[in-house]
Amino acid sequence: MLRVIPIALIACLVLAGCDRSSATTGSVAGGDAERGATLIAMVGCGACHTIPGVSGARGRVGPPLVQIGNQAIIAGMLANTPDNLVTWIRTPQSVVPGNAMPNMELNDHDARDIAAYLYSLR
Amino acid sequence: MSYLSGAGVKADPVVALTWGVLVISIAVVIIVSILLLAGIQRGRSRVAAVDIELQQVERRGNALALVYWGTAISTVVLFGALVWTVAVLAAINAPHAKPMLTIEVTGLQWWWKVRYLSDDPSRTITTANEIHIPTGQPVRVRLIGADVIHSFWIPALTGKTDTIPGQTNVTWLEAQRPGVYRGQCTEYCGEQHAHMAAFVVADTPDVFQTWWNDQLRPAAQPTTAQEVQGQVEVQFRCGACHMVRGTDAGGSVAPDLTHLMSRKTIAAGTLDNTIANLAGWIANPQAIKPGTRMPVLNLSGQEVSDITTYLQLLK
Ligand code: HEC
Ligand code: HEC
Ligand SMILES: [Cu+2]
Repeated sequence: MLRVIPIALIACLVLAGCDRSSATTGSVAGGDAERGATLIAMVGCGACHTIPGVSGARGRVGPPLVQIGNQAIIAGMLANTPDNLVTWIRTPQSVVPGNAMPNMELNDHDARDIAAYLYSLR
Repeated sequence: MSYLSGAGVKADPVVALTWGVLVISIAVVIIVSILLLAGIQRGRSRVAAVDIELQQVERRGNALALVYWGTAISTVVLFGALVWTVAVLAAINAPHAKPMLTIEVTGLQWWWKVRYLSDDPSRTITTANEIHIPTGQPVRVRLIGADVIHSFWIPALTGKTDTIPGQTNVTWLEAQRPGVYRGQCTEYCGEQHAHMAAFVVADTPDVFQTWWNDQLRPAAQPTTAQEVQGQVEVQFRCGACHMVRGTDAGGSVAPDLTHLMSRKTIAAGTLDNTIANLAGWIANPQAIKPGTRMPVLNLSGQEVSDITTYLQLLK
């Protein structure tokens, strides 16, 4: 029995370590990924992006968001942090003025939920 | 889009007939099945012991009576259904009052052009895919075919009528209650036949008149530099096909965009009319509705951005 405890401890450490190393981008505080997926469909991001798990999202205007959770840089401009992703989703025109992705009048709450879903795409 | 419930004086008798004939048909299937099963059962139990080859064909006296009865009952029921059908056809053939409003609907690959006719030419307007009507009165619909044969069908309000090139068909519809009634092209017309929806939006006569007056206004004028730029680009890049009344965009082979933002969907019901969908459509319509008569225009990101910003004004 006593021998099991160190093994369990090591396992915990290893798993915790794994968790930290894979989450280069972290997750969005307070973001509801499921609601995010619904919002993505309602807003219509799929008219421009291919987004796994969102039906009909097969757009071919912007980059496919298949691995956006693992990507280092957003839109070639911003470090891929939760706050930056939320900023990009809300105001892409301020980050890269004149790019094809429009500001879509999303509030912070909605953008957070959308970002939470995007981070599940790895 | 269900044809099993109606929302107007024209659809109601048809819906009743549909249910009636459906009930009769189901009853026929049940009765015939029961008789068949009973016959099989009786025959089985009788021949079970005997060699079937040696079984003699029986001609019992009353056997034909069943056939006579069956024929008689079927004839009466079928004749009843025929009379009912003809009566319904007669009832919906023409409206009970002379329509005050005539709308011209043209079927094109793959959308509907909608023109509101008026004795006063300055009140004639053109829009697309969304057909607004006042409630509680019949509306005449003139159907025109522009390329191939399409068929106009609003299940809750009216049955199918074809739009045929070179021949104008006339139908009518009437909605009792305000509401949005979805319709669909029902004559296969090419690649995007499935993405050719129409919507009838029924409003009370007051609301309808307000809507018509709003649609008569020319397009909103741009104010910011980006909006002005967007308008210039729309005139150059889109104006050969699309109309924006009050600007140099004067095309008539594509949906009128003067009040684009007053519509709930774009591309004949293919997408909800959101900013994202609109921008995505403009940038790459062929990815969304492959084969659509709107080409990919190779716009830059800046142009998509300018044009989308400008189009948002067209309320
Ligand atoms: C009109 C088309 C369009 C729409 C609508 C659109 N985008 Fe984009 N999106 C783009 C384009 C184009 C880019 C590339 C921009 C750049 O790199 O400057 C982009 C980039 C992105 C990126 C960064 C991708 C990467 O690989 O760097 C994300 C994330 C993103 N969009 C999310 C969204 C979300 C979420 C929505 C809906 C709320 C949305 N987009 C709606 C066109 C669009
Ligand atoms: C070659 C003709 C052509 C050109 C040029 C063209 N379009 Fe279109 N457009 C169409 C056709 C045809 C449709 C209807 C497509 C359908 O529903 O299948 C359409 C549909 C649309 C719609 C949807 C309208 C609605 O109510 O459903 C919008 C918005 C639109 N176009 C915007 C533009 C813009 C903006 C440009 C210029 C950048 C443009 N179009 C250039 C032919 C054209
Ligand atoms: Cu069709």
